Amino acid sequence: MVALDTESRPVARAPGTRRRGSRTPASWVRRGGLTTLIFFVPLLLSFSYFSWWPILRSVVLSLQQTNFIVTEWVGLANFQRVLADPLLATAVWNTTYFTLLALLIGFPVPILMAVVVAEMRRTRGLASVLAYLPVIIPPVVAVLLWKTFYRPDEAGLFNTVLGWFGLGPFQWLNDPSMVIPAIVVQATWASFGTAVIIYLATLMTIRTELYEAAEIDGAKILRRFWHVTLPQMRGILLIMLLLQVIGTFQVFTEPYIMTGGGPENHSVTILMLIYRYAFISGDYGRATALSLILAVALSALSAIYLWATRRWSTS
Amino acid sequence: MDQKSPFVRGAVLVAGLIVLVALVVTCAGPLFWLFKAATSTSTETLAQPFALWPSGLHWENLVEAWSSVRFGTYLRNTLVVCVGTWFFGLLVATTGGYGLAVLRPAYAKVVSAAVLATLFIPGVISLVSLYLTVVNVPLFNVNLLNTFWAVWLPASASAFNVLLMSRFFQAIPRDLFDAARIDGAGAYRVFWSLVLPLARPILGVVSLLTLIGAYKDFLWPLLVLPNPDLQPISVALPRVESSTDLGVFMAALFISVVIPVLLFLAFQRQFLRAAGSAGAIKE
Repeated sequence: MVALDTESRPVARAPGTRRRGSRTPASWVRRGGLTTLIFFVPLLLSFSYFSWWPILRSVVLSLQQTNFIVTEWVGLANFQRVLADPLLATAVWNTTYFTLLALLIGFPVPILMAVVVAEMRRTRGLASVLAYLPVIIPPVVAVLLWKTFYRPDEAGLFNTVLGWFGLGPFQWLNDPSMVIPAIVVQATWASFGTAVIIYLATLMTIRTELYEAAEIDGAKILRRFWHVTLPQMRGILLIMLLLQVIGTFQVFTEPYIMTGGGPENHSVTILMLIYRYAFISGDYGRATALSLILAVALSALSAIYLWATRRWSTS
Repeated sequence: MDQKSPFVRGAVLVAGLIVLVALVVTCAGPLFWLFKAATSTSTETLAQPFALWPSGLHWENLVEAWSSVRFGTYLRNTLVVCVGTWFFGLLVATTGGYGLAVLRPAYAKVVSAAVLATLFIPGVISLVSLYLTVVNVPLFNVNLLNTFWAVWLPASASAFNVLLMSRFFQAIPRDLFDAARIDGAGAYRVFWSLVLPLARPILGVVSLLTLIGAYKDFLWPLLVLPNPDLQPISVALPRVESSTDLGVFMAALFISVVIPVLLFLAFQRQFLRAAGSAGAIKE
């Protein structure tokens, strides 16, 4: 294999070996350097303006106070003001609670569903279409629809159903202890289809020989699930878990439209706080400081998570 | 898993049936109810939310949504947002992917690392500074607020799309490029007549993901399109919610849902494959 490789290299490389020629701009153009660069222009412009520069600017902005006429360096004052905001603890707690609850509900459901759907022969297509249907609905529409479902009076859909069993009416989004679970249920409904489809795609790639081998070894269905299905899905499960945590920590649309953060700030999330600082108070320094804290925390979390699960996911 | 014993087969059948019924009720149910509410009067929806059209179908809600809520305008804006985002997204992803995976100049490694790095940085970090960049674009000193450029351009910097595209280009056999070059095709020719036609499946995937993303986006258009005449439906709907009659509002929600749902049902294979392959690359 190695010998073959070194043998074929000079031949395969032949068209591009003129690299060592003269290095004047003219020869660079003649060799196609300019053409190549032109292909990079859209990417470089787009990423410079809308990705790299804003990231760098965030760091700078978090150390400044500006009203776009006067800009002054304030050191870590923005960070101090963020930490001094009594709402921060509320927002962090709400967001953490939201993320944990979303994990508890939203992570196992698609796995179980995908495993069952994978076993269905004739109705697999129908089931995946149904599961993906909510994903197609724009989040804003889904949220507004669920907001009607959650109406606190007896006309609300959920209250009507529970009324048949003599329960309620519940206050749902107006109830401080119910508001986050209610939003989590909606958000899970809206997004679980993506995970089902991704898991289903993974499950379809598991070779049947693995199951046959396990069966010959006498493994019953649950053991086969535990020793074949789960290990084969491990990689994608680990990544999806991380992506879900990162995603839900930046939750905004659902609580913003459903409750605006209420009742009494019981559903204010970190991103909503950033939004308020920047676009309601015009305090861009404080907003970027909080964005930076959240981004660094999430990056650190991902790094630790990837490092901790590295051995486990490749084994 | 193959199941031999009748017990296991029965259990799997029952589980499948339960999942299917649950999916019909939870996923198709709300859409059906939305259709019902969109074609009922507000009082009916409020008094008996589960009664099926006690006073017949009220199609006038849909007409009303179109005229009084100015739904046509919002729908047109949505279309403009989606098409522009799609065009610029694909432009950056295809040319960039081609440069990184096929042309591979010496500086490609640096560019590729810089693109990849943005994939690992949470988007929240640049929300505010991206907004300020759009308000006053460096070097050009223009304000893109209340123009569709403010939505189109930032969305084009998608590391995910570039990565997806360049991975696909990388898998194209190098012999094809060498053969094309020997036949005298330049970099443009190879890109336009060889790479793009070969990349049709991945172009479909990226197009679908970009279009769905653009249609679903809320926070960014809310920030950069404060002018109601330019807002897409996702931004307009929450704004008109409190001032609109319930039946008419449900009709507006229904119109916003019916277009993507019909498109999805017509092209479900492509949609599901796109979603599945999006997962494959996340791995």
